[in-house]
Amino acid sequence: MGVAMNSDTVEIEPGVRMIPGASTLIMSIDKLVNWGRAGSIWPVTFGLACCAMEMMDVGASYHDIDRLGVIFRASPRQADAMVVAGTVCKKMAPVVRRVYDQMPEPRYVIAMGSCASSGGIFNTYSTVQGCDEFLPVDVYVPGCPPRPEALLEGFIRLQEKIIKEKSRWGRWR
Amino acid sequence: MGQMAIAERLRSIFPKEVLEIIKSRNQVGVIVRRERIKDLCHWLRNEPDLDFNLLMDLCGVDYTGMNKDYYEVAYNLYSIPQRHMLRLRARIPVVDCRIDSVTSIWQGANWHERECFDLLGIVFDGHPDLRRILLPEDWVGHPLRKEYPLQISGEQEWTGYDELKKLSRKLNQFSFQPESSETVPKKPHPQASAHDRS
Repeated sequence: MGVAMNSDTVEIEPGVRMIPGASTLIMSIDKLVNWGRAGSIWPVTFGLACCAMEMMDVGASYHDIDRLGVIFRASPRQADAMVVAGTVCKKMAPVVRRVYDQMPEPRYVIAMGSCASSGGIFNTYSTVQGCDEFLPVDVYVPGCPPRPEALLEGFIRLQEKIIKEKSRWGRWR
Repeated sequence: MGQMAIAERLRSIFPKEVLEIIKSRNQVGVIVRRERIKDLCHWLRNEPDLDFNLLMDLCGVDYTGMNKDYYEVAYNLYSIPQRHMLRLRARIPVVDCRIDSVTSIWQGANWHERECFDLLGIVFDGHPDLRRILLPEDWVGHPLRKEYPLQISGEQEWTGYDELKKLSRKLNQFSFQPESSETVPKKPHPQASAHDRS
């Protein structure tokens, strides 16, 4: 009775086994951790320009993003994602980088809108041509501004990316 | 009062300062010298039946692109009690581009003159706090001049941004590069497959 054999467990999902009657799930830590992280992405509010209006739309009641577990946090110290929503000018770029540096690992960046992804229509002396010039970006959401559904898809793609991660936990990674 | 009447009245009081009165598309512009601009504006604000108490806008224009050798500062004045407006254009040579500040007459000119200085390099004498307002303080150059390039990169780049890029390259070595359990995931675009079927 000490060890549960494979014949006692039921596979309820690929990679996840359950011991019926014992309320026990057996899975790899990767899967558990990734499931927790993907289901509760908490971005720091970083609306810079017009895309911020669409980000507010996504957070409002019609295209509710709270149903995906996304709660916007005001402080980068308590956030694990950053949605760069809007045009990044060269004067603002060090500030964006500083907010990103203050986020603890694991952290993700969604570049929302054309300006954050590639500078948009503003190919000028003062506009950064895409915030990936100084930030590592995980998901790009194009659009000017992207529809709320597009930003929702961006979050879903980020969830898919998180679910596929391996060994992003622990001290010896 | 009509704009033309105001312009003629101004010319009768300041005959040497008014260079030209231009009428174009029902709008009148009065081109003036820069030397006594403060006297002009002071008179315009205090004259009882002109009464220009609102400076709607102050902006600079670079005419060197049209093969002229001057900048202009355009003052759009409006009178709230009298409900008439006037456009004053003060001509400034490129070589010594300074003009008196009108912040002592209309306080609202403060930030407009800072923007004009920031982007065109026109110095406003007597301004209480003339420094850059839109660009970073240590930016070199005045971007709205015609000779300033549209895009800058490499050597001409602002030093603050250069340093930021170097810093981010240095910090990239500490960022986590997770291996994903799939190699490049190829998710077919849903609309593409619909077209392929036809």
